[in-house]
Amino acid sequence: MILSQRLNKRFEEVRRRGEAALIGYIMTGEPQLPRTLEYIKALEAGGLDVLELGVPFTDPIADGPTLQAAHARALRQGVTVHTALQFVRELRKSSELPILLMTYYNPIYRLGEESFARRCSEASVDGVIIPDLPIEEATSWVNQARKYGLARVFFATPETDTERVKKICEYASGFLYLVSRYGTTGAHETLAPTAIPLIERVRPLVPQDLRLAVGFGFSTRAQIEMVVRAGVDGVIVGSALAARIAEGASPETITDYVRELKAGTRPLP
Amino acid sequence: MVAKAPSKQSTTKLSELPHEGHFGEFGGQFVPEILIPALKELERAHKEITARFDFQSELKALRADYGGRPTPLYFAKRLTEHAGGARIFLKREDVVHGGAHTLNNALGQALLARAMGKRRVIAETGAGQHGVAVAMACAVLGLNAEIYMGARDIERQALNAQRMKVLGAVVHAVTSGSQTLKDAINEALRDWVTNVPTTYYLMGSVIGPHPYPMIVRDFQRVIGDEIKGQLLRREQRLPDLLVACVGGGSNAIGTFYPFVSDEKVQFLGVEAAGAASLSRGSIGVLHGAKTFVLQDEHGHIAETHSIAAGLDYAAVGPEHALYKKLGRGEYVPVSDAEALEGFRLLARLEGILPALEAAHAVYAGVQRAKRMKRDQIMVITLSGRGDKDLETVVRYDTQPTPEQTL
Ligand SMILES: Cc1ncc(COP(=O)(O)O)c(C=O)c1O
Repeated sequence: MILSQRLNKRFEEVRRRGEAALIGYIMTGEPQLPRTLEYIKALEAGGLDVLELGVPFTDPIADGPTLQAAHARALRQGVTVHTALQFVRELRKSSELPILLMTYYNPIYRLGEESFARRCSEASVDGVIIPDLPIEEATSWVNQARKYGLARVFFATPETDTERVKKICEYASGFLYLVSRYGTTGAHETLAPTAIPLIERVRPLVPQDLRLAVGFGFSTRAQIEMVVRAGVDGVIVGSALAARIAEGASPETITDYVRELKAGTRPLP
Repeated sequence: MVAKAPSKQSTTKLSELPHEGHFGEFGGQFVPEILIPALKELERAHKEITARFDFQSELKALRADYGGRPTPLYFAKRLTEHAGGARIFLKREDVVHGGAHTLNNALGQALLARAMGKRRVIAETGAGQHGVAVAMACAVLGLNAEIYMGARDIERQALNAQRMKVLGAVVHAVTSGSQTLKDAINEALRDWVTNVPTTYYLMGSVIGPHPYPMIVRDFQRVIGDEIKGQLLRREQRLPDLLVACVGGGSNAIGTFYPFVSDEKVQFLGVEAAGAASLSRGSIGVLHGAKTFVLQDEHGHIAETHSIAAGLDYAAVGPEHALYKKLGRGEYVPVSDAEALEGFRLLARLEGILPALEAAHAVYAGVQRAKRMKRDQIMVITLSGRGDKDLETVVRYDTQPTPEQTL
């Protein structure tokens, strides 16, 4: 099976418009299960280009307090991989928004990599992000993801040297996820000093068919403008959205916030 | 331990990657990418630095003069008579400075941290014995220690939490999840991803991503090495059975590993019944390693319970997972009530207060000894002393809760 085209097409369209993609995260079941779809629609209405849909885990070691709380709330509502897949099926009835599942590895392992990949593909998920699966452990996953046409997003960080970035690019498809700062997920107002040097260092190493997106700590239009100018194809916003949704922001407020962030992806020269 | 060949179906050839750090199908490095370079650096440093003569001689001197090694191998005559079967020896890790086997590992890794130029040391702790050992090792080597401990564990192991502070460590109470060891590890890992360039993570058991299970084993194998020498000198033979409690599995691996090729020596690992990942779990991935884990059908990690905070953990070291799979080790669960019986038995018959963790091994060892012959030899590793647990034991005696009688 060839790679799901929804994601690549979206990056193409965005690029043609002279923008970068705005990639937003929401945990399945936020703020409450019956309303997640409504909030996804709100993100889309604000101009979100790609959705990361969270699958909860009991021990989210890469996440800061905001997303830890989202994981815990989702678990309390009984959310599982299957719930997330059901949401994607539902959403697909009316939307071509590219969707990546974001899940820790154990739920995938428990289901079986092949079974998980097949179900994702059947639900028309476009790719999967696994924050605790480095390339050392990913050979079999990459093969399953290839077989089922799923994008395989891997990470590069300020600690990742040039040689390793190149290796990671061999495993990745869809986009390479740059971790802008040391630390867990969590919203910050300013850009980490590590972000721009990382983008400048990695940009020339990334092959033509792979996009470059940056995340961790983004919450403002100004931050987004800076990294888009530095040459990324996408910016990921997670905790900032999660915090607003958790605090009770209405769908309209979320749409407005996304619109403002999206404006940062088309900086004036 | 060789690179897995990429599947033939794949269209691009993946670069060959070293696939080390696995115990059969178990172990590995399931961690965020940001930690991989640090783990590789640690692996390199461990290999190079611990091979140096000056490192080994400093460790040896510290273990002896500061830590009190070698620890005695004590023939427990009255416990043996009580069981009426195999002769029971106790490996007295309870007399190590600090009160548990944990100092063996903490001293070794703290020396490694210092040699790597990392002055900030973080660690997780359950019962608090690892935290105390890290606080001691950092004090004596002039390093800064920060310890993550579940709020629930701070409550039930209050003495140890106090000891750490007095020893100069900063103690962070972890209030997420079940507020026990698992959550303390989560929080320590989050600290590490945030401070990885300056910080050494001093893992307390044979768990976590490679190379920790190997490093901790190498620093704990002194237990089994000593047992072997002591028993050969005294009895001119090897033991028939080694018994140790298993939380993450470090005192047990330290006991078993030097005997792994002595096929006649059998291993009995003793888990808490409410946290019995080997006896009752399934294969999964937690804290960087593929191993046996207590989880539900969706891969969510289960909450565990044990009266012994050091055994209250949903996973186990990957090397034990392999021993179990290969049938090299046998693993059995022991309940809170049974552990307390072991605790009382050892106190009254031998005048030794074992840590509640070790009391699990005492109980299972005595049960097993009853079924063994009188000329057979069993060694039970007494991983720690029980002063820290007195309050728990007394409270249990007066008011056991339904949870405690699991
Ligand atoms: C006295 C004692 N024994 C055993 C353990 C369990 O750890 P491990 O299984 O790594 O030996 C602990 C952990 O804190 C402990 O304090």
